[in-house]
Amino acid sequence: MSQPAVVCAQLTRTFSNVTAVNGLNLSVQSGTILAVIGPSGCGKTTLLRLLAGFERPTAGQISIGGRLVAGAGHWLPPDKRQVGMVFQNYALFPHLTVFENVAYGLARLPRAARVAQVQRLLELVGLSAQQGRLPHELSGGQQQRVALARALAPEPAVVLLDEPFSNLDATLRRTMRGEVRSILHATGATAVFVTHDQEEALFLGDQIAVINQGHLEQVGGPEVIFQSPATRFVADFMGTTDFVPGQVVADGLATEIGFLPLQLKLPVGAAVDVAVRADDLHLALDAQAPGQIVARQFLGAQQLYQVRLPSGLVVHSLQPHVQDWLVGAAVRVRLAPGHPLACFQDGERVA
Amino acid sequence: MGTWLSQVPRSALTAEAALWLAAALVVALVLLPTLYLGLRAVEGGPAAWSQLLRPRVLATLGHTLALAGAVTLCSALLAVPLAWLTTRTDLPLRRWWSVLLPLPLVIPSYVGAYLFASALGPRGLLQQALEGPFGVTRLPDLYGFPGATLTLTLLTYPYLLLGLRAALLQHDPALEEASRSLGVTPWQTFRRVTLPLLRPALGAGGLLVALYALRDFGAVAIMRYDTLTRAIYVQYRTFDRSGTAVLALALVALTLGLVVFEARWRGRSSIARVGPGTSRPPLRVALGRWRWPALLFCAAVVAVSLVLPAGVLVFWLVRGLRAGENLPAIGLSAWHSLAASGLGALATLLAALPIAFLAARRPGRLTRWLERLTYALFALPGVVVALALVFFGANFLPGLYQTLPMLVAAYIILFLPQAVGAVRAALLQVQPQHAEVARSLGRGPLAVLWTITLPLMRPGLVAGAALVFLTIMKELPATLILAPLGYKTLATGMWSAVSEAFFAQAAAPALLIIVLSSVPLALLQFGERNQSP
Repeated sequence: MSQPAVVCAQLTRTFSNVTAVNGLNLSVQSGTILAVIGPSGCGKTTLLRLLAGFERPTAGQISIGGRLVAGAGHWLPPDKRQVGMVFQNYALFPHLTVFENVAYGLARLPRAARVAQVQRLLELVGLSAQQGRLPHELSGGQQQRVALARALAPEPAVVLLDEPFSNLDATLRRTMRGEVRSILHATGATAVFVTHDQEEALFLGDQIAVINQGHLEQVGGPEVIFQSPATRFVADFMGTTDFVPGQVVADGLATEIGFLPLQLKLPVGAAVDVAVRADDLHLALDAQAPGQIVARQFLGAQQLYQVRLPSGLVVHSLQPHVQDWLVGAAVRVRLAPGHPLACFQDGERVA
Repeated sequence: MGTWLSQVPRSALTAEAALWLAAALVVALVLLPTLYLGLRAVEGGPAAWSQLLRPRVLATLGHTLALAGAVTLCSALLAVPLAWLTTRTDLPLRRWWSVLLPLPLVIPSYVGAYLFASALGPRGLLQQALEGPFGVTRLPDLYGFPGATLTLTLLTYPYLLLGLRAALLQHDPALEEASRSLGVTPWQTFRRVTLPLLRPALGAGGLLVALYALRDFGAVAIMRYDTLTRAIYVQYRTFDRSGTAVLALALVALTLGLVVFEARWRGRSSIARVGPGTSRPPLRVALGRWRWPALLFCAAVVAVSLVLPAGVLVFWLVRGLRAGENLPAIGLSAWHSLAASGLGALATLLAALPIAFLAARRPGRLTRWLERLTYALFALPGVVVALALVFFGANFLPGLYQTLPMLVAAYIILFLPQAVGAVRAALLQVQPQHAEVARSLGRGPLAVLWTITLPLMRPGLVAGAALVFLTIMKELPATLILAPLGYKTLATGMWSAVSEAFFAQAAAPALLIIVLSSVPLALLQFGERNQSP
């Protein structure tokens, strides 16, 4: 952990009229996985292509493995950067066998070392038996493992993965997620992967960078990102979040669904939004209560209810599956977070 | 980590510079005839230019445009249903039709026109056959516009057909399935999904057909229809080189207009396939009671465009043999044809590589015009290119005059557009990610080209080479003028036999040309089966 494997400084990429990446500062520690997450079109794929050297930055710098690769008059083409790339569609060379695909980046090694390295990687991803096959003879999960082995074979300074699981079905996606994580950790590789799936980011990322419209909104560990979102965008993007309006009073915050003993550095009467997740609310049947269940979704172990409050605001609440209430039932809604909630004013965090 | 990845900073610009340099050299070669024309036209002064306004010349321009328009329209009317029937329906004998239908490509226009005229023209074979039983002494006059349109349509619709078939085979069938599942009828699906997706193929194929009609000399000469190429040839025979040059430049201007028109029409539609969808065999439309009319349609096209000319050729050959005419030994000229066409196809393909790469992978204003320029020059008639090279060779490179390299240079100039089109199409089939992955695995641009891009392009490259090969095999005027002394090919041998009215002697090399150039085409069509799962 001596030095970061990847450093971006004030990285900017502008296309003719769109700024895809805007003044990004980011660093990835050696041996860790950074998940870059954001809605589609937020610039995360451009970031990956800038790192790989398929795009040139408009401004700013990139260092990989302690070496300046782009910016300040320097430019290293992709083949000199020591980056491994795993594409969304894997981009396996269709005319080469599994073995040849993995060996492709090892052309400079002597033959014996090359064979040994390919065998080692194929063993790691569990495809030694398939080494003579052509890509189209493999299943989706196998193709992905070949793509990963191929990217890891030259022992790059960083592996870049572009939406690596989006082509797999749900069950396989879950299995592959675990496998990819253990393969990456087993090789001690540094990885940057982009995704729009928060569950994937929380599971795989040692660190998570949330990007919106080319801006870095927040970077941090999964728990920090989830529990302590820095901006309203992050709170909204990570998890099912409702924003309940609140008003600063003398000793805390008053909301439609309860009082919060939060001390904000804001004048009394100021309006804020409180980020409330579905597990922060307590529901109870009460014929006199003003809340009304408007929809419910059975998730197996839990029920997800949507409740309309008198103000018209609809909030989400997760309940154990045995709480089996009908749509239309009147319920009392109460804030019961058990932990501090994040508050925002004009999209910025105030508590 | 990564100790063996080279740390040597080698300029990445060298490969890029080499690419542009190669493209520039090719463009310089291709521009040579036009520069010669320009020089000659300027020498001629206002007198040479004023002839453009003569009523006769204006009428010729009108004829040329009318012919190009009619041939393109008729070809599309044949090619679109044929392509769809042979790829997307349960038409019986599909495999056979897909082999037979493109075959008219191998018939040179002068041979085709001659055969159609002798079969369908006044006192032709059809009229003779009808005279006995039915007493028919006159058929509608074939000569002029109808004959030229008929001949050129039947010989050039395969250009459109091949492109459309390739596009139909390449499309993700899921698009049509999605349309059907949205409750849209097969016909509406064809009109609203398939046809718009075919727009690039229609544009590119239609452009090839129209350019073929614009530059053709053989068919219009035999069908006695006055177009620009014929006027150029007549003018050239009067030794008025400036006048010739002005007319030829007018032809180039016409084609430039056509190329720009096609680019506008094609719009910004991209043919790159989105998404990873593995290709599956398409949903075949059941023709039901339409299957017999469809079958009849295919059979009729094959009968008129292929069986009729081939039959007439065989008829001449047999009649000559019966009459005891001496047939020339054609072994040597067959070898000459193969060698010249093979060399020409290889050289043309190599020349097309840098331009196609720039056009497909470095999209921009400059590369777009580079590509259009190569298409525009497709309009240069073979006779003009050959004369320009003769002039240039005689003055600057006397050592190369009437040598094989000079002939090959003419072939490059004449057939570069075909090759660029094919290479570009092959390149667009290769996902850019493959090259990107290879680059990030530490290989330089040239290594990636050699180990990844070219192997993946191979099917398309082979197809392109085959197409150029058989076009060269048919080429007449440039071969006639530029071939080394005594270097007789099948085409030139046949031409001299036809001009001396030795029909039986012309029939043998003509048949051989058709057979030899059918081989690669047939192989390509059968190859489709192995590629599509």
